[in-house]
Amino acid sequence: MAWVNAIVQGVLTGGLYALFACGLSLMFGVMKVVNLAHGDLAVVAGYVGVGVITVTNIPVLWSFLIVVPVMAVIGYFLQRTLIQSALNRGVLTTLIVTLGLSMVIENALLQFFTANSRGIGAGMTLVTGSFSLGSQVELPYLLLVIFAVAVAVLLGLQWFLSRSSYGRLVRAVADDQEAAQLSGADYRHVFGIAAALALGTVALGGMAYSMYSTLDPTAGTDTILLFAFVAVVIGGLGSLWGTLLGGIVLGIAQQIGAQINISDELLAGYLVFLLVLVLRPQGLVSRRAQS
Amino acid sequence: MTAAANGGRPDNDTPLLEVADLTVYHGQLRALDAISLKVYPGEVYAIIGANGAGKSTLLRTIAGLHHSTTGRVLLDGADVTALRPERRARQGIVMVPEGRRLFGSLSVEENLKVGATYARPGPWTIERVYETFDWMRGRRSQRTAQLSGGEQQTVAIGRALVANPRVLLLDELSLGLAPVIVQRIYGMLPQILATGLTVLLVEQDVSQALRVASRLQCLLEGRTTLEGTPADVTAEQVEAAYFGLTGAAAVLGEGSES
Repeated sequence: MAWVNAIVQGVLTGGLYALFACGLSLMFGVMKVVNLAHGDLAVVAGYVGVGVITVTNIPVLWSFLIVVPVMAVIGYFLQRTLIQSALNRGVLTTLIVTLGLSMVIENALLQFFTANSRGIGAGMTLVTGSFSLGSQVELPYLLLVIFAVAVAVLLGLQWFLSRSSYGRLVRAVADDQEAAQLSGADYRHVFGIAAALALGTVALGGMAYSMYSTLDPTAGTDTILLFAFVAVVIGGLGSLWGTLLGGIVLGIAQQIGAQINISDELLAGYLVFLLVLVLRPQGLVSRRAQS
Repeated sequence: MTAAANGGRPDNDTPLLEVADLTVYHGQLRALDAISLKVYPGEVYAIIGANGAGKSTLLRTIAGLHHSTTGRVLLDGADVTALRPERRARQGIVMVPEGRRLFGSLSVEENLKVGATYARPGPWTIERVYETFDWMRGRRSQRTAQLSGGEQQTVAIGRALVANPRVLLLDELSLGLAPVIVQRIYGMLPQILATGLTVLLVEQDVSQALRVASRLQCLLEGRTTLEGTPADVTAEQVEAAYFGLTGAAAVLGEGSES
């Protein structure tokens, strides 16, 4: 039963990893930007959440209504300024610029918030509660909710991209910026929208992470970005549902690793990551099969 | 076609599209050297010339994809030189780019819908495109990669038409297509013109260009070597202008205008 529990926990953690990963995948898919500051921006979202809750004393869940739009707006302007000017100099420049942004954010957070870790919603039933299936399988409320949110986010993104006229423009711009311009589309604005969506999703991820675990300034690169990367690569670059599948595979691998030996948790995840890279480098869901 | 019938252009009209003294550099290379042209409403104006003559650069600069060092582009008298390509497109300068450049992951209909997103009001709708090219309706949900080259070119034209352009820029429609397909595509031009469009096209296939154009200009190494109506120019003149056999530029249009 311990194994069943590990797998269930792994699947549910996959939802959190999908929230980390889908924005990274979206930005790569649309503007070919690998945003190395993605994880740090999730952490920023977490700290903004901590700040909003401390200052205004609003309930934790209400703070999402502030944090997610704020991060989306930051995403739009970040894309229109820093990332766009890097893109104009070539895709490789975006790697350097976003790496720089990641360092700046991390050090600024250390400066202002110290290395002490913080969390959101400690003591809430949502965060601490769970219900049991049988004697060994525990389903934490929080992970269930996060998983449901991840599925909802992916459904929403898929609907937006495939059905809405703005989503169609996003796909057109991803295919051919110049041809989209000739049809009257301002690709910079479309990129901005995609970045806003990406940061909106990662804000959810960052908030969820600060409820699930604790937040510290380095969590962005050493946990969130890394897991997001692994989930994206396992799932398949540019595939939205692949990020959920990749997240689930990573989650299960980690939980099974932890079952064997608690110190093997991370190692097991990266072994599966390597295995996928060797056996199926295009990822489990290849882009063509998905769309 | 109508402008050709009265032997050139009506002098008192404002040109719908005017290019004045346009110079464009690609790095150190001068791709266009002080090119000027006036396209009047309802015309089919053809730019001919060999590979590397600057034809596509001219069209792309008019569409806003290249910056010019000097010179201006005017649409119906209004200066659009400072506008980005998407702004020019929304004002009615719409280009069918070389190599078709359809959105590969979108279906035929989605390609048309993207073209219609920022459309000006006008006669062309997606429905009208389906009526004009009747095979397209049945295959509207297919990916464009599944279409033949000629069909893709037609979708690219349709995508431009649904924007209801004032000036339609056609860049090398014949590229990579069988002659019979090229004939068929150019054969649709009168039908398109009948809806009130004006066309500026670039074509390497000189005989095709002469057949459809009301006026033409030949470029050689970024300079104008010949200007006139197809009726005015002789095959020898075109040949000389195309290959640069004679040193002096034969500006034939000059004589017929004054």
